[in-house]
Amino acid sequence: MRLQAPENTVGFTFDGQRYRGVPGEPVAAALLAAGVRLVARSFKYHRPRGIMSAGSEEQNALVTVGRGAQAEPNVRATMLEVAEGLEVFSQNAWPSLKHDVMAVNDLASPFLGAGFYYKTFMWPKPFWEKLYEPVIRRAAGLGGLSGQPNKDRYEKAFAFCDLLIIGAGPAGLMAALTAGRAGADVILADEDTAMGGRLLREVEDIDGQPGADWAADAVAELAGMQNVRLMTRTTVTGAYDQGTFGALERVAGPRQARKPLECFWRIVAKHAILCAGALERPIAFPNNDRPGIMMAAAVRAYVNRWGVAPGKTVTVFGNHDDAHRTAHDLVAAGVKVAALIDSRDDVEIKADFPVYTGAQVIGTKGRHALESIAISHGGETREIRTDCLAMSGGWNPSVHLTCHMNRRPTWREEIASFVPTPEAVPGLMPAGACNGAFSTAACLQEGAAVAADLARDLGLKPKVTVPVADDGAYRITPLWAVPGKGRKWVDFQNDVHVKDIKLAAQENFCSVEHMKRYTTQGMAPDQGKSSNVLALAVLADATGRGISETGTTTFRPPFVPVSIASMGAGSQGKGFAPERLTTSHNASVARGAPMIEAGLWYRPSYFPRQGETHWRQSCDREVGHVRNAVGVCDVSTLGKIDIQGPDAAGLLDFVYTNMFSTLKVGRARYGLMLREDGHVMDDGTAARFGEQHFVMTTTTAAAGQVMRHLEFVLQVLRPDLDARIMSVTEQWAQFALAGPYSRTLLNTVLDDPIGGSDWPSMACGDVQVAGVTGRLFRISFSGEHAYELAVPARYGDSLFRLLVAQAESLGGGAYGMEALNVLRIEKGFITHAEIHGRTTAYDIGMERMISRKKDCIGQSAATRPGLVDQDRDQLVGLKAVGAVKQLTAGAFLFEQAAAPVRVNAQGYTTSVAYSPTLDAGLALGFLKRGRARHGEVIRMVDHLREIEAMVEVCDPVFFDPDGGRARG
Amino acid sequence: MRITCPHCGERDRREFYYQGDAVALARPAPDAGAQAWDDYLHNRDNPAGDTQDLWFHEAGCGAWIVVTRNTVTHAVADTKLAAMVKR
Repeated sequence: MRLQAPENTVGFTFDGQRYRGVPGEPVAAALLAAGVRLVARSFKYHRPRGIMSAGSEEQNALVTVGRGAQAEPNVRATMLEVAEGLEVFSQNAWPSLKHDVMAVNDLASPFLGAGFYYKTFMWPKPFWEKLYEPVIRRAAGLGGLSGQPNKDRYEKAFAFCDLLIIGAGPAGLMAALTAGRAGADVILADEDTAMGGRLLREVEDIDGQPGADWAADAVAELAGMQNVRLMTRTTVTGAYDQGTFGALERVAGPRQARKPLECFWRIVAKHAILCAGALERPIAFPNNDRPGIMMAAAVRAYVNRWGVAPGKTVTVFGNHDDAHRTAHDLVAAGVKVAALIDSRDDVEIKADFPVYTGAQVIGTKGRHALESIAISHGGETREIRTDCLAMSGGWNPSVHLTCHMNRRPTWREEIASFVPTPEAVPGLMPAGACNGAFSTAACLQEGAAVAADLARDLGLKPKVTVPVADDGAYRITPLWAVPGKGRKWVDFQNDVHVKDIKLAAQENFCSVEHMKRYTTQGMAPDQGKSSNVLALAVLADATGRGISETGTTTFRPPFVPVSIASMGAGSQGKGFAPERLTTSHNASVARGAPMIEAGLWYRPSYFPRQGETHWRQSCDREVGHVRNAVGVCDVSTLGKIDIQGPDAAGLLDFVYTNMFSTLKVGRARYGLMLREDGHVMDDGTAARFGEQHFVMTTTTAAAGQVMRHLEFVLQVLRPDLDARIMSVTEQWAQFALAGPYSRTLLNTVLDDPIGGSDWPSMACGDVQVAGVTGRLFRISFSGEHAYELAVPARYGDSLFRLLVAQAESLGGGAYGMEALNVLRIEKGFITHAEIHGRTTAYDIGMERMISRKKDCIGQSAATRPGLVDQDRDQLVGLKAVGAVKQLTAGAFLFEQAAAPVRVNAQGYTTSVAYSPTLDAGLALGFLKRGRARHGEVIRMVDHLREIEAMVEVCDPVFFDPDGGRARG
Repeated sequence: MRITCPHCGERDRREFYYQGDAVALARPAPDAGAQAWDDYLHNRDNPAGDTQDLWFHEAGCGAWIVVTRNTVTHAVADTKLAAMVKR
């Protein structure tokens, strides 16, 4: 019911029914205005539920917004803003909210208490996973996901400030004014659509003007300050290390097109003030969950702020003076108050409506909406007709953020609540209601005082002027659970009632942490925000302990549910795995090459030609190009590190196992790099371009690791070495020219063609390529006469196109990763498939490369007996010799007669290829004592792919073992 | 988590690569013996309290940094350039 006709309304739907609402008001207000009481079904028992609160703590009114891929489940109707065309749906009910079949659960409730499934579904055991759990999960629940990709936009952002103020009620606004006027860099965040907190919801004056007007003036003044940033619709969700806070901004508000739905902020603050206010707690009386039973302050909020009366005849039930406001505000707004019920005996209330002191609500009636309540008063039971009951069991300070670093709050007896423990989160100071200061005057006072202290810490000179406001005392006599029959709900969102908690205690789950897990209290999306203290009180009562002795469970971030989409904004797709493209990328794609990932890089798999229908045809042809003519391959993804300085050679001596200081200028050398623990880290070549200048290459995969390693050596282990390093991977485009005609091809692009003896094997130096200075290396990863030619990256595209065209005219062409892999396996060259982190120099047959003339990384550990044990798995070549020619990587090796089980495994395969050159299935692998077993025929078993083959152990170099082709 | 790089100032921990215990700074002599190398390579304390570890400012200046932090409170007590830490 609206108290006044609104000027401007828009249409939205709830379960297909059309309603009008005022733009910007919560959907909950519009539904209450339309007299809609039943809005949800509860989690477990499918009980009819209505709107309970007016904030982010809402336990009942969870709805789904939108349809299809954009449907968003579990949105709190109290936080959802009304907008034209908004489509809202109820959840967890079938076929309809009113006639929900699963409400049968409620009838079966005596059998469905806490922990029922642990006891009931014990047998037969396999049924749990296949039958019981799926059924239970379907029966109990919240909104469902669409299962489709989410098209909504989300963002993440970062902010920095001197002072973050969390909550813009009286304490937060006063803190912001005090710090802002003093010149501090302030962020004021509030989850509501407008700032003011309870000042927008209460009837009270500040400095002689209505609280809401004072708040509006304060916000206007703050908005005019350059040093203050106001963030509405922003819930600070977590307190993290070193002054970092997470915050969720509902950017679009009423869901505007082209705006992100939500933005997840990481705010770094030198100091923070928690002004999060307090949450009203329910009272556990029988059937306290009917639609129409609401929190008392929420009723005030709907009346005072949104001009909506949640009922025609309202009853108020509380145990403290603050609850009385609700009755007075309703009367002032012209709403009938059926009764004010105060559980305390020692209060005097003057009013025009019936007042019952020392009374309690002991029952309620009404199937889909509250119709009447029963109260016990003076030993008698009395029934009161009412369609809305406003209850308040007192206030719980919102201490949540102060617990995010594992500190527990402190019990304060006189307000029967927990308050923050001082310095629970470094740099976060509580002020106002969240600190147990409930009067408006106290909130303003604390907000100003704390902000002034922190401003002084920042070296500013704050002035403190606090306006005059209500300073009423908060008098409360705790009332937790009312005696009587019927279920008394504690955690409305997870359907946990008093008896569940008592049962937990009875079954000796007395620790609060055990009770929580046994009953699931506090484990719903609201994380027990409203129910925890009540649950503790019930547990304390059941176990005969005090509340402070019972303690609390841990409040963890986030304070409100945060969508994974907002936390991961920008990290989906290419944001998750950015693409690194070589300069030849476009040319490769234009030739139809499928691109495959190599880390973040994309490299061509093969270059299909007309008539080729299978990758193997292309691959075999490309291998043939290299072996018989010439092939061109982009090798730019290999890490390139420029090393310069008087001790550049010394650095290489220390990080490689072999000597580089003896390398002549104009020559390159293969180098093996170990980790300090004696295992192989990486391999590659280093080329000497000057006495003090080397260019190191790393494998594609290990480029980052090697760079970090070199920095560590230079900065920490060998600061005596005078050398500087720089990654130049992206600055150079580098192409391999491999095959008998590689020199012919090379000479088509060089300004000064080279002769046969000018560039012997492993030579390197500068060359001119069409007037551009490039670098030429006579190195081979294919076993053929080969070069690698590097030019500044901006010339990479044109050089690649030119080289490929020339190679094709020589009977060759481009080759991709598949052919590259076949070529290197034929030659027994290793990659990270072999040097996978568990292999030593000894395992790959390179222990003689560890020079004894100098110290190097990994040298000491490499000599440990276990790392040179002759029983270790050693690198071998494997050639298919049986009927099955297909070999697979990752298969295990067994002696022919041995059963193919793990204990008998003698080794494993690492790389496989079909070699068109040798017409054979080849593999590289590791075999126990493998080097002494060349010629032996063993069995390869791939249990996963169910492939078995007989293989002959041989030297890993299958092709051209003396290397004549590469040198020639 | 925030880490103060001695070169660049306070930065988000996402700019850093985490390596491990700062034991790695004290590399034994090549002939220090198996026990010394075993301790250096493998044996680590797991304190509830202050610990020192190595972070690399990979998305920043490239400095290796020794961070003294508390494993219980997560407080960062000190950050130093690894190059400047006496061994």
